[in-house]
Amino acid sequence: MAGDSLISGDYIYTEHMAVGYGKTPLIREIELHVKRGEIVTLIGPNGAGKSTILKSIIRQLDLLGGTVYLEQSPMQKLSEPQLARKMAVLMTERIHPELMTCAEVVGCGRYPYTGRMGILSREDWKKVEEAMALVHAEELADQEFSRLSDGQKQRILLARAICQEPEVIVLDEPTSFLDIRHKLELLTILKDLVRRKGVAVLMSLHELDLAQRLSDYVVCVNGDRIERCGLPEAIFTSDYITKLYGITKGSYDGRSGALELEPVKGTPRIFVIGGNGSGIPVYRRLQRSGIPFAAGILHENDMDYPVARALASEVISEAAFEPIREETYQRAAALLESCGEVICCLDRFGPFNEENRRLAELGREKMK
Amino acid sequence: MTDRKRKFGTYILSFAGLTVLLIFLLILNINSGSVSLSVSEIWAVLLRLNGAGGDNAETAFRIVWDIRLPRILAAMILGGALSVSGFLLQTFFANPIAGPFVLGISSGAKLVVSLVLIFLLGRGIFVGSAGMILAAFAGAMISMGFVLLISGRVRSMSILIICGVMISYICSAVTDFVITFADDAGIVNLHNWSLGSFSGTSWENVKVMAAAVFATLFLVFLLAKPIGAYQLGEVYARNMGVNIRRFRVQLVLLSSILSACVTAFAGPISFVGIAVPHLIKCLFRTAKPLVLIPGCFLGGAAFCLFCDLIARTVFAPTELSISSVTAVFGAPIVIYLMIRKNKTFA
Repeated sequence: MAGDSLISGDYIYTEHMAVGYGKTPLIREIELHVKRGEIVTLIGPNGAGKSTILKSIIRQLDLLGGTVYLEQSPMQKLSEPQLARKMAVLMTERIHPELMTCAEVVGCGRYPYTGRMGILSREDWKKVEEAMALVHAEELADQEFSRLSDGQKQRILLARAICQEPEVIVLDEPTSFLDIRHKLELLTILKDLVRRKGVAVLMSLHELDLAQRLSDYVVCVNGDRIERCGLPEAIFTSDYITKLYGITKGSYDGRSGALELEPVKGTPRIFVIGGNGSGIPVYRRLQRSGIPFAAGILHENDMDYPVARALASEVISEAAFEPIREETYQRAAALLESCGEVICCLDRFGPFNEENRRLAELGREKMK
Repeated sequence: MTDRKRKFGTYILSFAGLTVLLIFLLILNINSGSVSLSVSEIWAVLLRLNGAGGDNAETAFRIVWDIRLPRILAAMILGGALSVSGFLLQTFFANPIAGPFVLGISSGAKLVVSLVLIFLLGRGIFVGSAGMILAAFAGAMISMGFVLLISGRVRSMSILIICGVMISYICSAVTDFVITFADDAGIVNLHNWSLGSFSGTSWENVKVMAAAVFATLFLVFLLAKPIGAYQLGEVYARNMGVNIRRFRVQLVLLSSILSACVTAFAGPISFVGIAVPHLIKCLFRTAKPLVLIPGCFLGGAAFCLFCDLIARTVFAPTELSISSVTAVFGAPIVIYLMIRKNKTFA
């Protein structure tokens, strides 16, 4: 499907789009661009207007300004049935179809292609089966939709969207209410679809870690404007995400996408000697128990380092790939002296953390 | 594949079952009444199609052709129309307990029909069947307008229903008031009609109602596809290519025309619009509009024939109002639906 001249251009894009409920625009000057075979994700705090943007694009809300283009032509010009053959949606609205089997719900995706009475042909049913196979839901075909779990329902609704053979799929928080297994499954199916069929995907996601890994392009919505957009590498930095979401308690680590709770404040009561991942469980336990602590001596490329930075009241660190300098050791030793207790998480020391061994000795003396 | 074939089998069987039931009730209805006729007499009447052959045969012919048959046909056509109207409203409001009666649409139609009749009859102007339908339609649309206004403001389905019932009470109260104080002799009949009854239907009435109802049903049938899409909710229906605004207008108009026809000829009839679609869904094990529209029509026809039979015969020669009978059978189903709905959506 992909590979034509459009692959290089945008499949769906907006110009000066203004959206909102009623008459007053909530967000103005929205410029979104989605290519085929690309996933563009909207992120931003709750109530920032992600859903409003998506609802306006799928014509659930009237545009309050600007234009949405589909394949270079304004979308307003398309009739509903024409649009239905190009765009499929998966929104957060819960549906309660009565007495419908999953195959029938998926089959609804064929409506834009059926005749006046909406009767599905043999080929249509075949496409239904294919779509259900794609989301690994073949065994659900004859089950009643309303009896499914949230994860299954979401898969079936994705199959419905796939069955519609769209060029672009718009999804509003498709992974909410799903457990981690189903989140990963759903997004894997989506990624697969994008790669294999060259579908363009525009969606909103709450899970920053997943958005970071999945998106080709990220758009940050904040209140009244599109605050920033770019490649995930440029967006998911600790500083920017902290600012976008106004994080005041705890912290976000851009490299790992991990969230940490707020550190315990105060002068450190315990010195933790860690490294190579051994410190992380101890840092977490101290944080949970509300004990302020210091961590050291960590190389800045050590996996313990970002967690220690987030949770410890003080961290003694050394630059990556450098041997620990005497000066650094002296600072750590001084800090250790001021702490009431020392915990050493390491059981072996190499030539590059000889200073940590010395610290551990020092600690053992002190604890006697 | 097998599941779809099995479902298809269920549809065929259910349609066959409904048809048999309808024929059985039809025979029973022709056969029962204050003058009892033997089966052979009725066959003779139906087959000969003329009144020749003695006084007895002449009387039998008159009873069957002029009184019983029009009434039976009216019960069937209007019962069917009412059920389909209920099905449309349930789809529209995504609410299994919506119906023309509980939403006050029937009562609105009743009110306007009474006002028009009293006004025009008082001036000696005769109102034909078509005029009655128009008046009823105007009333239905007024009530529908109120219901739509309310539904735009409240999300809760039960509150919408309560508002509908209130609208219905207000309309009924005004109707009663107007009828009580209208002194014209020709209006005495209005009282019976305002309680709901199939009696006194003429062949002319039957022709007009058949034309109106079947034309509307044809249009409803053409909407089967968007109705099916709408059952997945507005968002997905739009995504499947339904022009939601146009579709909603069509649905409101068609369901109002159907319930207006019923009210114009038989007065308000309670609960048929809720009970029958529910029973039919249980029978067919589906909510597909392509199956349910004809299914509801047949089911409504059978249900109203059955209720009219009871209304005529149980306390004969006194006749019950049709609404009291349909309420006895319909109201428990509504209660059951409300309890079940609470369980699943609470």
